[in-house]
Amino acid sequence: MKKETLVVIGNGMVGQNFLEALLVRDTAQRYDIIVFGEESRPAYDRVHLSEFFTGKSAADLALATPDFFIRSGITLYAGNRVTFIDRQNKLIHSEHNDVIGYDKLVIATGSYPFVPPVPGHDRERCYVYRTIDDLISIAESGRNARIGAVIGGGLLGLEAANALRNLGLQTHVVEFAPRLMAIQIDDSGGAMLRRKIEVLGVHVHTSKNTTAITDGNGCYHKLTFADGEDLETDLIVFSAGIRPRDDLARECKLEVGQRGGIVINNQCQTSDPTVYAIGECALWNNQIFGLVAPGYRMAETAADHLTGREAAFMVADMSTKLKLLGVDVGSIGDAHGKTPGARACSYFDETNEVYKKIVVSADGKRLLGSVLIGDTSDYGSLLQYYLNGMVVPEHPDTLILPQRDAPVGLGVDTLPASAQICSCNNVSKANLLAALDGGAHTLVDLKRCTKASTTCGGCTVLVGQILNKELEKRGITVNRDLCEHFPYTRQDLYLLVRTERIKTFSDLIARHGRGLGCDICKPAVASILASCWNEYVLREQHAPLQDTNDHFLANMQKDGTYSIVPRVPGGEITPEKLIVLGQVAIKFGLYTKITGAQRVDLFGARVDQLPLIWRELVAAGFESGHAYAKALRTVKSCVGSTWCRYGVQDSVAMAIRLENRYKGLRAPHKLKMAVSGCTRECAEAQSKDVGVIATDKGWNLYVCGNGGMKPRHADLFAADLDDATLIRYIDRFFMFYIRTADRLQRTASWMDNLEGGLDYLKQVIIEDRLGICAELEQELAAVVGSYACEWQQTLNDPARLRQFRHFVNSSRKDNNVLFVSERDQVRPATAEEKRRLVRTA
Amino acid sequence: MQVLEAVNVNLVTGAWVKVGAVEDIVDGVGVCALIGGQQVAVFRLPGGGQYYAIDNHDPFSEANVLSRGLVGNIKGQPVVASPIYKQHFNLQTGQCLEDESVRLETFAVRVKEGIVQIESK
Ligand code: SRM
Ligand SMILES: Cc1cc2nc3c(=O)[nH]c(=O)nc-3n(C[C@H](O)[C@H](O)[C@H](O)COP(=O)(O)OP(=O)(O)OC[C@H]3O[C@@H](n4cnc5c(N)ncnc54)[C@H](O)[C@@H]3O)c2cc1C
Ligand code: SF4
Ligand code: FES
Repeated sequence: MKKETLVVIGNGMVGQNFLEALLVRDTAQRYDIIVFGEESRPAYDRVHLSEFFTGKSAADLALATPDFFIRSGITLYAGNRVTFIDRQNKLIHSEHNDVIGYDKLVIATGSYPFVPPVPGHDRERCYVYRTIDDLISIAESGRNARIGAVIGGGLLGLEAANALRNLGLQTHVVEFAPRLMAIQIDDSGGAMLRRKIEVLGVHVHTSKNTTAITDGNGCYHKLTFADGEDLETDLIVFSAGIRPRDDLARECKLEVGQRGGIVINNQCQTSDPTVYAIGECALWNNQIFGLVAPGYRMAETAADHLTGREAAFMVADMSTKLKLLGVDVGSIGDAHGKTPGARACSYFDETNEVYKKIVVSADGKRLLGSVLIGDTSDYGSLLQYYLNGMVVPEHPDTLILPQRDAPVGLGVDTLPASAQICSCNNVSKANLLAALDGGAHTLVDLKRCTKASTTCGGCTVLVGQILNKELEKRGITVNRDLCEHFPYTRQDLYLLVRTERIKTFSDLIARHGRGLGCDICKPAVASILASCWNEYVLREQHAPLQDTNDHFLANMQKDGTYSIVPRVPGGEITPEKLIVLGQVAIKFGLYTKITGAQRVDLFGARVDQLPLIWRELVAAGFESGHAYAKALRTVKSCVGSTWCRYGVQDSVAMAIRLENRYKGLRAPHKLKMAVSGCTRECAEAQSKDVGVIATDKGWNLYVCGNGGMKPRHADLFAADLDDATLIRYIDRFFMFYIRTADRLQRTASWMDNLEGGLDYLKQVIIEDRLGICAELEQELAAVVGSYACEWQQTLNDPARLRQFRHFVNSSRKDNNVLFVSERDQVRPATAEEKRRLVRTA
Repeated sequence: MQVLEAVNVNLVTGAWVKVGAVEDIVDGVGVCALIGGQQVAVFRLPGGGQYYAIDNHDPFSEANVLSRGLVGNIKGQPVVASPIYKQHFNLQTGQCLEDESVRLETFAVRVKEGIVQIESK
């Protein structure tokens, strides 16, 4: 059978979702698929577009893997806009003069930001907020701007305002209506939101009708308002709503709505049955949907229909949960209580700035809608009541009143199997259960199998609750025991050690474990003991627990020799000290190399040489660099404001200060940090567990970055901190990680598995939601206060020094350690070279 | 039988060679002894006082390092884990737990008058 050609116009979020939905369904490979995308890059996650400003790259935001198109045999013409649809001849024409015939056509052109036709709207330095390219332009323009204004105080406008603020601009929001987010929330909610946003330093101007944009006096632009007032700004972002991109459809005479949008039926077909329209460009039942979830439903419907399946698009839920400028906002269903007979009930807490409202049906049985500001912890359960038409409790106000004793929320058990849990990806409880049956027993697996909670993240907590409940019900205890000697997780053991003030492994295993221990639990417990009590790691009771690296305070290499990495805080080193390193290397015949973390590694030391080498290093003022330990490694720095023409803070001084504070801190895995002197980020701070980047007001703190096998960009955790707050947050962050991470879990995967994610972490560390911050700070202070250089301690301990020899009964050396010379330095001989060397000896 | 002090000579099979005094060995921390030119890793398990001796050569990394591995027990067997690639070896039998085809040489150990001794092969 000859294949039919299916052309898709637009490779945005919905267009891409359609391709994936079709591939799954088109098992008979009925279609050859050709996609045209106007943007230069393949589809990316527009919902998380703003994260482009907080460290995500275009690649991070990509929706498909780089080889998606090659693997699936789909042809993508990127950066190639379709200019005309010739329905008579079933051809499309593109801006690069491609002409392609189609059998079936799918229009997924999305929408464009509406720019009000105010005189001056087309001046330079006026932007919209829709694509990565838009954001790149805004960021460039922001570099030499002081003030920025967003026209439009809706959902997207506030998101754009946050971006301007992150760029360090004084930010204004100009809204035509009397309140912010007029569509989603009510007057009281809008007023609360406004107060919260103003506290953050964003200037809000409501009931402002912009009538002209002209040259400013102090700034590039001047906005003039109908009420005669004006506002000066260096750049403008328009965010005054979206309009469907239906121009192609109009020109080829497809039916469009009065106020725009390509008219579609329940199967997502336009007035021409061979042409489909999906996503934000489509008009269904006289409605346009500006969210991904309905678009994804349309994509699935069209894919079903194109592969001969029954399907009908149904009205999709438009509820939203967001964090706008750090303020939690939720809106469900009929937020304004417009349904006849609807009754509202609200909770207003001025102390904590929380506003919650629910709208229930006339009979008081069903939840019709809700508005949540300042606290959206009830969102998940309210949404479930709403979506599944569940009967609300006798006193519905209990749904939003603070539950000070019992945990809030509905039991996930009471949800029917049909309950839609993730509305973005249409994942029901039944889908989750099926995946669980299929063996997905972790949040990460469940996300991978079902795609639940991979889009807006609003359902993550609920998905986690269902997972735990179901595992419990099925009697599946995910065995998280550390090893056969301890029926506990690392976190459990940490708490046992802390609360029972246990100081030794033998005490811990006697009280809570069995057997002799092994190479898993011994180092893990040694690390816990060190994090808690920070005793010398080679004390008699602790020494047998240490891996060879910690045991000899050096890194074992492939031939049994060791490498030595003295600490060089911040990477700053005097010429005198550099010379000492060279002299020591020459004297002991060591191979030298600059490491990837701004220090020097000396390789090829025999175990008996380690104390001799360190005697010289300590005498010259060096300390252990802990390259051998699961502990703080280095704090990398750039040269910063002292020398660099762009630097805005002294990044070297801060790096040294941080390295000296946290050196010796042992953790579930190694810890790396860096400090950059400005946003150019020469110290690569965003790839570290803790990264600090200077701003002209202080420091931006990033957390949970990672290099390694699966690199992860760090997340922006807090902005413009002063020195003291920066250090306080890092103290808390480290101690909370040490308390809660798994064995050998870097901060990056810890974060990826943390229920509640970054927001939760902020609540714990910034807002002190668990009330543990003082304790965390004390715990860290105890470690800082008890720091001692392990090499210095070792050199002063004759019993310890006796351990540094190869043979207990001979002073001979290991005859298997043989070096040859390469590029003027030594290296271990290969097996073949060893045979030759031994023969000639 | 004569106890030899010399450690790097050709020994007759069955000679008992001195490793060191009991105090030279710490519970759970291995030492390496030179027994007639051969490197032997010697351990005393924590608590029990039981001694084991096994070839010090790690066949996976080709380095002489097993005395520097962590000891413990796994499924009832006393083991040492190689410090390089972490394979486990049964201290009693020398059998590698991860690779059936690998078995290391083991040695008899005894304590006489406070001296730990190994029988040469
Ligand atoms: C020496 C050095 C390479 C070099 O010549 O530059 C090095 C060498 C080793 N790295 Fe590394 N890493 C070195 C910088 C890095 C960096 C770059 C950095 O720190 O800026 C990274 C990526 C950043 C990161 O960690 O996120 C790095 C990511 C790793 C990883 C992957 C970690 C991960 O989370 O996936 C491992 C494996 C592990 O730890 O499990 C590793 C493990 C190792 C080990 C310990 C492997 C081993 O078990 O033998 C190497 C032995 C160190 C030694 O001294 O004998 N090394 N390693 C660097 C020492 C830096 C220092 O001064 O302390
Ligand atoms: C900053 C921001 C935050 C958002 N946050 C949320 C949120 O939290 N939750 C939510 O549900 N939604 C959110 N949205 C909305 C969401 O991104 C959209 O609903 C979704 O992207 C719609 O997908 P689409 O494919 O219909 O349109 P788009 O993603 O816009 O894709 C359309 C694509 O078609 C291309 N195109 C247009 N015309 C042509 C042509 N003639 N030829 C070739 N290509 C063409 C366009 O360039 C574009 O790449 C947000 C949007 C933005 C901008
Ligand atoms: S990060 Fe900034 S301050 Fe530091 S070296 Fe680079 S450009 Fe200079
Ligand atoms: S509801 Fe948006 S990701 Fe699940």
